[in-house]
Amino acid sequence: MTPRIALALIAALASPLSAQIARKGSITAADPWSRATSPRANIGAGYVTVRNTSTQPDRLVSATSPRAAKVEIHTMSLDDGIMRMRPLPNGLEIPAGGEASLAPGGNHIMLIGLKSPLKPGERIPATLRFARAGDVRIAFKVVGAGSTVAGVRQGGHQ
Amino acid sequence: MMSVFNARTQPRGVAIGALLACGLAVGIAGCSASPDTSNRTSAAEHAGPGGPFKLVDTKGQTVTDQTLKGKPYAIFFGFTRCPDVCPTTMARMELLYKKLGTQAAKMNVVFVSVDPEHDKREDIASFLSMFDAPVIGLTGDPAELKRMEKSFKIYVERVPLPNGDYTIDHTARILLFDRDGQFADTMDAKEPEDQAVKRLSRLINA
Repeated sequence: MTPRIALALIAALASPLSAQIARKGSITAADPWSRATSPRANIGAGYVTVRNTSTQPDRLVSATSPRAAKVEIHTMSLDDGIMRMRPLPNGLEIPAGGEASLAPGGNHIMLIGLKSPLKPGERIPATLRFARAGDVRIAFKVVGAGSTVAGVRQGGHQ
Repeated sequence: MMSVFNARTQPRGVAIGALLACGLAVGIAGCSASPDTSNRTSAAEHAGPGGPFKLVDTKGQTVTDQTLKGKPYAIFFGFTRCPDVCPTTMARMELLYKKLGTQAAKMNVVFVSVDPEHDKREDIASFLSMFDAPVIGLTGDPAELKRMEKSFKIYVERVPLPNGDYTIDHTARILLFDRDGQFADTMDAKEPEDQAVKRLSRLINA
């Protein structure tokens, strides 16, 4: 193990956000979370930080969840006040020795065709499929509807 | 402005001089606008968004620009299946509303759905039920919504997705209107909380 990989592993383990880490080969998926959805909503967003300790890049190519009819990888941008969301048909690259963040305002997992609304406190199982590392099982922790970070309501209340 | 100066035909000094003049003009405008927002507000009134509209709230009651008069309001255009910016913006409004305390009742918060194809009154009510603040949720005739989006200068584009569904690109700014229904300002979601509360408080007490 190179010192760089060891450091990356220590960083992953020591990060305060990494309360929940799933690991498979060189890939770690840390702190997956999702927002509560309204009673009539049939879509939800999932967020997770993916790290790749390999010297080869990897790619998140697809995902599935028993809770949703379909799961896609999307990106969002906010330019000049205009919000745009697009699917990433080729998935998301996780650079060698680096990380890809799926976070509010950017890349995210879309849970489409929810079988029931996501409720705060629930954990939503999902499988992330990577081109090299294979399948990584995670569970999105559901937090408040307006959250911008896992477990913390925007503005720090609740 | 830059197109007037063709770099190939003008001496370099002229082009640089023009650039400097531009920079200076921007600097001056920036300086005068940033510390005193009232300048920007009065200038914006002339070309600002807004205008007559007639929609229905989640209970089926008619809401117009006239019925909203008497209280300032913050208005946001979005759709209930928008997974990120819409819920976080509404949560932000909920937070600001709470921080305003007793003053909050002196203003309205309005959410207009830009997705009449999917969002029925029940969907909007369901979406707004996730936020602990009284928000007026509006929908209406698609043609009337289009007119309103245009007069409120809200960019809305329905974008088909490869999976057969669609998404909606839209302006994600909060617009503020005074008690007379005149456009006052826009609010950036990234503005520090205390500043945003002060801005709303000024609007309420204007």
